[in-house]
Amino acid sequence: MSRIVYIDDPDTGSTLGVHVLDTGPSHAEITVLCVHGNPTWSYLWRNVINQAPANVRVVAIDQVGMGFSARTGRMRRLGRRIDDLQAIVGALDIDGRIALLAHDWGGPVALGWASAYAEPDGRLAGIVLTNTAVHQPDDSAAPRLISLARAGVLRDNVCVRTTTFLRGTTAISSVDRSTARAFRAPYATAELRRPIGDFVADIPLEDDHPSMTTLRRVAAGLQELAHIPTLLVWGLRDPVFSVRYLDDLRRRMPHAHVQQFADAGHLVLEDRPDAIADIWDWIGEVARGESASVGDRPDLGPEPPGAPVRPGIRMDDLALSTGPAITTSSSGGWRSVSWALLDHRVRELASGFRRRGVAPGDRVAVLVPPSADLLAVVYGLWHLGATVVVIDAAHRPPAMIRALRGARLDHVVAIRRAMPIVVAVGMRSRVMWADRLVDLLGDGADVPAAEPDPDTDAVIVFTSGATGAAKPVAYSWARLAATADVLRAAYGFTAADVLVAAFAPWSVMGPLVGLPSVIPQMDASRPGTLTADALGSAVEHAAGTIMWASPAAVRSVLASAPAGTVQREELRSRTQTLRLLLIAGAPVSQALVGEVLECWPDVDVRTPYGMTEVLPATDVRAAEIIAGEASGGVLVGRPLPGVDVAVAVLDETGVPSEELCSDAGVLGEVALRARHGKSRYDARAFTERQASRNQGWHRTGDIGRLDAEGRLRIEGRLAHVIATADGPVGPVSIEQIVEAELAGENFQAAAVGIGPTGVQVLVVVLAPATAKGRISKRDKVRLASAELTDRVRRVMPMAAAVLWRDAMPVDIRHGAKVNRAQLASEADRLLAGRR
Amino acid sequence: MTERVLITGGRGLLGNAVIDDVRARGWHITALQRSASGRADGAESSAGVESPAVRDHLGDVTDPRTVDEAMDGCTAVIHLAARVGIDGTWRDFESVNVEGTRVVLSAAQRHGIRAFVQVSSPSVAHAGHPLVGAAAEPADPTSARGHYSRSKAMAELLVLGQDEVPAVAIRPHLVWGPGDTQLIGRIVSRARAGRLFMIDGGTALIDTTYIDNAAAAIGAALERMHAFDGLGRELCGRSLVVSNGEPRPVRDILISIVRAAGLDLTPRSVPYGPAYAAGGVAEAVLARRGVEPPVTRFLVEQLATAHWFDQRSTRRLLDWRPEVGLDEGMERLARWYARGESAHSGVAT
Repeated sequence: MSRIVYIDDPDTGSTLGVHVLDTGPSHAEITVLCVHGNPTWSYLWRNVINQAPANVRVVAIDQVGMGFSARTGRMRRLGRRIDDLQAIVGALDIDGRIALLAHDWGGPVALGWASAYAEPDGRLAGIVLTNTAVHQPDDSAAPRLISLARAGVLRDNVCVRTTTFLRGTTAISSVDRSTARAFRAPYATAELRRPIGDFVADIPLEDDHPSMTTLRRVAAGLQELAHIPTLLVWGLRDPVFSVRYLDDLRRRMPHAHVQQFADAGHLVLEDRPDAIADIWDWIGEVARGESASVGDRPDLGPEPPGAPVRPGIRMDDLALSTGPAITTSSSGGWRSVSWALLDHRVRELASGFRRRGVAPGDRVAVLVPPSADLLAVVYGLWHLGATVVVIDAAHRPPAMIRALRGARLDHVVAIRRAMPIVVAVGMRSRVMWADRLVDLLGDGADVPAAEPDPDTDAVIVFTSGATGAAKPVAYSWARLAATADVLRAAYGFTAADVLVAAFAPWSVMGPLVGLPSVIPQMDASRPGTLTADALGSAVEHAAGTIMWASPAAVRSVLASAPAGTVQREELRSRTQTLRLLLIAGAPVSQALVGEVLECWPDVDVRTPYGMTEVLPATDVRAAEIIAGEASGGVLVGRPLPGVDVAVAVLDETGVPSEELCSDAGVLGEVALRARHGKSRYDARAFTERQASRNQGWHRTGDIGRLDAEGRLRIEGRLAHVIATADGPVGPVSIEQIVEAELAGENFQAAAVGIGPTGVQVLVVVLAPATAKGRISKRDKVRLASAELTDRVRRVMPMAAAVLWRDAMPVDIRHGAKVNRAQLASEADRLLAGRR
Repeated sequence: MTERVLITGGRGLLGNAVIDDVRARGWHITALQRSASGRADGAESSAGVESPAVRDHLGDVTDPRTVDEAMDGCTAVIHLAARVGIDGTWRDFESVNVEGTRVVLSAAQRHGIRAFVQVSSPSVAHAGHPLVGAAAEPADPTSARGHYSRSKAMAELLVLGQDEVPAVAIRPHLVWGPGDTQLIGRIVSRARAGRLFMIDGGTALIDTTYIDNAAAAIGAALERMHAFDGLGRELCGRSLVVSNGEPRPVRDILISIVRAAGLDLTPRSVPYGPAYAAGGVAEAVLARRGVEPPVTRFLVEQLATAHWFDQRSTRRLLDWRPEVGLDEGMERLARWYARGESAHSGVAT
């Protein structure tokens, strides 16, 4: 309901009409008070109001001089606006508790009111802030756009005389024209726009600004709010309130839950209206006093008992050993670093890092390729108790930059080749160059090993992004140690084992599990660059016994030494010491498994299943894959010790149930419970909430079913479910059947659904298995030949259409994950005919 | 006592199939059309047999007295009679499809009919854009394309816009089967003459209905409505699209049909623009001379846009599922062609 309430204006002694949107019961246990910024008005909150639960009162105000509230003809400064808010709340006759929701410069007003009035009254239930700021971060220039707009004459032109600022605000978000008009509605004339310019002029950028004292007080007042549940919702593509302001707030309010949206801008709730439902869920749980379970620090159940909490601890036992800790290729030969030397390096680096300002708990991004240096840097940082932030070099630079920008970094350790990334992330002044490690060493003697709280973050890694935007995943010290325990227990590591690190993350695992490692010569960002010669040489030199490699790397090795050739014989003889081969990272075809077994008949070959969030989770022996059926999904085997697997059954529209079950044969979203799983998604409170909605479990986003023997078969991704009128089906088993029928042709098949959810029809797309992604962007699907169509329909009668593409669109990282979403949209266009 | 249903238009492919289906459900039938349905018991007309299970009543649906007499003793109506095709004036279509329906409906109101099944067409709600898993939209005479669709849209609104007689509209989409002279007959004869075309590669996904499935859906609608149980009450006033629920690209459907007729060819593809223009010319020139044009703009549009439907509520409300799959239907069609029956069924070209 739109109405006017009246407050007194102490400046003039007159009465001011304040426009508010006031909905819901007038006596509610909880009232959400929405405070807009500049140059918007209460219209900003319309979707929040529409989605409000029936028992909540929502009051969205138009600040004095803004929206449809009275213009006073005078500059209204921050301190006055804070008092205004108290007067408005008084005039509204709100009983019960209040939750704040604020945006932009509404943030300081709301927070100033919170610490000055609401918190002392004990009325404050929670705070939700969206793209705002309370402070100019010390080391950053003023937001350029604002300082520009603030310069006197220009300000008048941009904010008052013209609608440039008004239009600019909506232009940088996905706001349609009629919505943009509504945002401008109360600001039709220059006179009505005058307060917009005044608002900008009131932004304190210099110390002697009249509002600076107030803003400092607001910032300092946040300490008083440390016990108030707080949620920060942020669009990262904001040219004004960039991620630095979010980072500043995160440091000031470390208890806050954070949700970043990499694809949203300043008007974050316009760009991501889906966030509104999550905000309401959050407010609901806060109102019920359940805030602890809501955010990005959920209770994940008991930590493993007696686990070593500092991962370097395995290394301490070995610190006196002169045996090699890590062996790497070096200009045609091999170079080893002993445990003793590594230990020494680690201590020297730790003291060097400390001297350069790295403190326990600091977040330090490491941009160093797999090498002895990487090992030393990571363990040096861990020695200090810092949180290591690592990102796989296989990410494209733009994805890397986006990911690192949102990671709230304190420092970066990088090689100079990564300079463009460091600069783009805005860490140029906080970087330590690691090209020559000696430059970073301190004296080493004075830094005792840190003993961090086992539940704090040891490492933040990013999901591959092959199946969506890269998400930051945090592991605590305890969970990192648990990962080492699971690996040791599952694969029976002994002191004689040597890791062959053909998989980038594996290259820092050695000291964690107490084993030496060897890194074969390859481009770590491209697994397909590993050759039989490079692998053979590494295994032979270091007597490697355990290898973890992606399917692409294994395929590449075998392809460079084809069966029956001298090269293959050489590969076999040089890799005789291998006892265990783990192939993981992407679906592994039965054909590849067959070829691997043929090459290494005596090696224990397994294909573990897992993801960045839980790795590994299940595994299966190659022999079992060969013996099993090549249909019904990809067999990934049984859970490893300490891991539980369940599914959330899909309903007829393909939506997974809330509850989990372990019934055999039903298709559902796969959920995992494991002590070595992630602590949480970092700064993704809503994503975390979704993934962890079953206490202690992780929803993987994969679909699959358990068989009668408790083995898991994967059917693809939840996003790729084909929701037909006869229920949901997964793509993988369809693809397996079609590929088996066309086995002679070496085709790859992809199954996608088109049409509305619940009535989708199946479309099968075929492409040559050998021409992955090597094709121009213009390549599109077309109808397959009548003959191919017939052959596919013979085994898959439910296929509505069979299409052909000259090459499958696949992800660059694994070269294996088919972009089914792209195929579905191409198929949809083709089969709709003329629009 | 056995109930009797009046089926108008009992002579065509669908009329015959509906008579067979409804009879198998234990109903007695009066079939109203201008010439013998070919399904009547006993002699050529109703005179010979005492209360025969299927009785022909010859006459025109636009004649109120004929319809009144035919409806005598009936408790339900399946209104199938319609003028179809693409030639003819608006007046021709209006008099049969709109006025005829008005006559049958008002007789039904006088006779206290308990269930009225209006056989309609998905084209009554189609304005030329692709239908992709579409739900049945309300009939819309203003946007429906062509005389047939517009007149059927008006008819459907008449039937569903009253509440004296419980009524439902069933819209089977592209009915085909052995003996079909409309769709199959034309495609095959064109293929034989080397004049079978498809638009833009025939990629549009189109759903069709095998004849037995269409008849069974209409029969199911009759029974649900007549029983007026929970589903019947829900059915009342609804429009339901009926199809096999097996959409295929136009190209694949055409290939299957010509193959069933013993031919082996892939239809030639024509780009949309020229085909549409040709349709316009053909309509302007031939239709005025009273000749059925080989191609019309409506046909080109139909062949170039997807038509497939959300069948969930149809299947639930009718408690019906298509028994004969597309491929099984094609095999039946092939057997029928192999028996050579098309030779003496008078396929129109």
